[in-house]
Amino acid sequence: MLREVDRDVSQTKQVKQLDRVIIRFAGDSGDGMQLTGDRFTQESAVFGNDLVTLPNFPAEIRAPQGTLPGVSSFQIHFADHDILTAGDRPDVLVAMNPAALKANLGDLPKGAAIIVDTADFTKRNLDKAGYDTNPLDQLGEVNDPLADFQVHPVDLTGITVEAVKEWGLSRKDASRAKNMFALGLLSWMYGRPTEPTVKFLEKKFSKVPDILGANLAAFKAGWNFGETTETFVVQYEIKPAKMNAGTYRNITGNLALSYGLVAAGVRSGLPVFLGSYPITPASDILHELSRHKSFGVTTLQAEDEIAGVGAAIGASFAGHLGVTTTSGPGIALKGEAIGLAVMTELPLVVINVQRGGPSTGLPTKTEQSDLLQAMYGRNGEAPIPIVAPQSPGDCFAAAVEAARIAVTYRTPVMLLSDGYLANGSEPWAIPSIDDLPAIDPNFATAPNHTSKKSADGEPDEFWPYLRNEETLARPWAIPGTAGLEHRIGGLEKGEGHGNISYDSVNHDRMVRIRQEKIKRIADSLPPLEIDDPSGEAKVLVIGWGSTYGPIGAACRRVRRAGYNVAQVHLRHLNPFPNDLGAILKSYDKVLVPEMNLGQLSKMLRAEYLVDAIGYNHVYGLPLKAAELAEAVGALVGEAEGKGVDLGEHGLNPPADHEEAPLS
Amino acid sequence: MTTIDLPLPGARTGTELIPAVDEGVTQTAKEFTSDQEVRWCPGCGDYAVLKAVQGFLPDLGLRRENIVFVSGIGCSSRFPYYLDTYGMHSIHGRAPSIATGIATAREDLSVWVVTGDGDALSIGGNHLIHALRRNVNMTILLFNNRIYGLTKGQYSPTSEVGKVTKSTPVGSVDHPFNPVSLALGAEASFVARTIDSDRKHLTAVLAAAAAHRGTSFVEIYQNCPIFNDGAFDAIKGMGDHKGEKDYAVIPLDHGQPITFGVRDEAGLGDKALVRSASGHIEVVDTADISTDQILVHDAHDPDPSTAFAISRLTAADYLNRSPIGIFRQVERPTYDDQARAQVSDAVAKVTGTAEDRLTALINAGDTWTIA
Repeated sequence: MLREVDRDVSQTKQVKQLDRVIIRFAGDSGDGMQLTGDRFTQESAVFGNDLVTLPNFPAEIRAPQGTLPGVSSFQIHFADHDILTAGDRPDVLVAMNPAALKANLGDLPKGAAIIVDTADFTKRNLDKAGYDTNPLDQLGEVNDPLADFQVHPVDLTGITVEAVKEWGLSRKDASRAKNMFALGLLSWMYGRPTEPTVKFLEKKFSKVPDILGANLAAFKAGWNFGETTETFVVQYEIKPAKMNAGTYRNITGNLALSYGLVAAGVRSGLPVFLGSYPITPASDILHELSRHKSFGVTTLQAEDEIAGVGAAIGASFAGHLGVTTTSGPGIALKGEAIGLAVMTELPLVVINVQRGGPSTGLPTKTEQSDLLQAMYGRNGEAPIPIVAPQSPGDCFAAAVEAARIAVTYRTPVMLLSDGYLANGSEPWAIPSIDDLPAIDPNFATAPNHTSKKSADGEPDEFWPYLRNEETLARPWAIPGTAGLEHRIGGLEKGEGHGNISYDSVNHDRMVRIRQEKIKRIADSLPPLEIDDPSGEAKVLVIGWGSTYGPIGAACRRVRRAGYNVAQVHLRHLNPFPNDLGAILKSYDKVLVPEMNLGQLSKMLRAEYLVDAIGYNHVYGLPLKAAELAEAVGALVGEAEGKGVDLGEHGLNPPADHEEAPLS
Repeated sequence: MTTIDLPLPGARTGTELIPAVDEGVTQTAKEFTSDQEVRWCPGCGDYAVLKAVQGFLPDLGLRRENIVFVSGIGCSSRFPYYLDTYGMHSIHGRAPSIATGIATAREDLSVWVVTGDGDALSIGGNHLIHALRRNVNMTILLFNNRIYGLTKGQYSPTSEVGKVTKSTPVGSVDHPFNPVSLALGAEASFVARTIDSDRKHLTAVLAAAAAHRGTSFVEIYQNCPIFNDGAFDAIKGMGDHKGEKDYAVIPLDHGQPITFGVRDEAGLGDKALVRSASGHIEVVDTADISTDQILVHDAHDPDPSTAFAISRLTAADYLNRSPIGIFRQVERPTYDDQARAQVSDAVAKVTGTAEDRLTALINAGDTWTIA
């Protein structure tokens, strides 16, 4: 199967320019595909491309080897211009075994390149992947199942084992470096800088010289294989993207969110206290924050989800910035405690990194189906503010914003991230700390109410529910403050004094005050940004959270095809910004793409009586831009009373517009 | 997996890091009493405990503003409203987790949890055992009335098998917990049992509990006159059980031989605990053994098994026998001290402003600059 490797080939390699490429690395869960993808991403980031990544892996740590459910993949879309998504369909698939080939084939467009490791195409592995015959044996034949693609079969494992021979590893250990061979090959093919990976390997394996040597040798062998053999004759160049001035780094959502929480602590002067219980895909935040004790961050791995939020509430009562992190099932467990924080009006940041549901659902897949849970998932009238980041890097700013609202308004705040944002990455323009909003804890230090017993007419009592007239926030008096001793709890509070009250009029009033307090947060929000370049759009596409990328990409496709469409993306889901109602009413049609069955649309319909049209997918993966563009286009056609054909920008581009195949 | 030997913060008392009142200042029970009307049923054992706590807190000598009472849900959990300290009446069963957050966040607070048998042992059982395991510096007062009071009379996790209640009209088939055995099993570092009506003993146990660094667990037998009246009459020598007290209470005093029943001139009861040949703890007639065979109570024994064996002498059905006192009091590093030490050690190792360090943090790794 392995093509002759002609070491004497002296053919000049061609260099082709591309504006963007989507590569998917796919292999067994143990093949190191996430690492390979991460490294390729870092190389591309340092090179200066814009990029978006999409890791996709099974919930099992080591799913049965060689099977379809065990396939782990990492997709990277990189470009010489500003891009918004990890791409719908890969131009290049690197498949390390039959299962990886089979599981990903359906996502490839005609003409895509497939680089496949032939070593694992044994009877046993073909059986496991459900292949009756070896598809690689039929290449070029009449019934070639891969005829639509440019297939490059390479014995990646065999060449790797040969290349790392001098390090004296067993075949099994030696073959584990095959992901570095693949990385080297792809790095050559796309002219990636190799230095970051060499440095990375030297650091990672500094204590195991033979493993380091083998990985470096495999990486270099992969590069040289591309450069010297005739298997690959074309090298591609994707120039650095023009980006705004600034210092950038590549960052995942969970890391950005963790940094945002540290930043919120620094900006507020409050020690951050995280109470958390491990859960996919939120655990990274617990791991990361546990490394930042030097910022005064305390992390408590609790006995369960409820204890995690309980400890955070306790810490907030004691004057820290209480934070709890989890995913949807954890929010279900924390509901009662979040209600307690609503009633006691204590600052609390609740992070929900959403995943596929219901119940245990799809732990490693993405979804945004917890919006209504965030809105209504508590007993009683228990409103809480909700904020959502729109991209991995934006998780930083969203975390700071959640803390700002929590501290300023003395309320639990829900931040809705999701599995795609958590693990996906993009270049992030590193902000200046001075540009972040200041957060003032404004602790109460003195009595605030004058009782009849007051001798001098000065305040002599502390009323824990006497509010700031503007924000309706109550005072935050922390233990250790003499003269402000007070009791709070889950029972209804009497207005002002905060003692238990079962009075019906008081209850009605307090329910409305708590609601009004959340509503007033909208007064602190900037106007919405409307992306409507022509100013003539009749259709508005509105979304929230991680669908920002696909929605933006879809709108660009529609505009490039010559049609008008407007986009608005919501950071704040509760309260809605003050100008949202007027914006919605200024468009003929409103489309709401979501990775759920229509939760934001339901809220918009309820709040504004607008005929919001849903576009809803729950595949556990981000929305696909081309498909969404078709839906947007169809609605534009309906609104403007004309036929819409997106042509090359839509789902079914004409054949002559297909991306040029590799080689 | 790697393990690291953690530095052990020096032995401290439970109140050492908490600001004391200024010299010469004495506080009164009245100062610790809030202006809220106490709303327990007439005759409830909670009144006696409240009085004892209000009377005891001034003696602690700590600043009132540095004392925090946290409770869950249930009759006893109204407790914080009646004390003029900081307090939180939280949600059912979760008080230990909230108190863990408070105690870990702040070393300068005296943290108390007030809970009941349903709150702590049923809905909050998980938080209780984990608080005890972690040994967070706080005191947990478990009011055990062996019944659900606030929900009007269902059996609780400490109710005896066969108990007829509203939810068990033909008798409960649930096997009860022995709270002290449970706490010892969770490796609590301070475990005691006392009685609502014995103010002197209750106060002494509270003082020892507050002085202990770590989680102090105190079970308080507390009578519910409405739904389980007389549950502790044998222990108290009241009602139909007058005169049974001497044989119902097995007093535990560290360093003292454990005897009960009718006492002789030397103070030895006519019943004694001994370790049998098989290693069990048994009750025998003192007259049948020599005094040096009597088990001497050692609350400081690092091995909790003898304390556990003593706890098993508690009657499982009607409570006509129960060891009372401090079962166990051992030193063990506390979670909160160690967690704070990890943070303060990390803080001590860095220089520069937090803003500068944060800037360095988010700029670390592979970055590139576009002009």
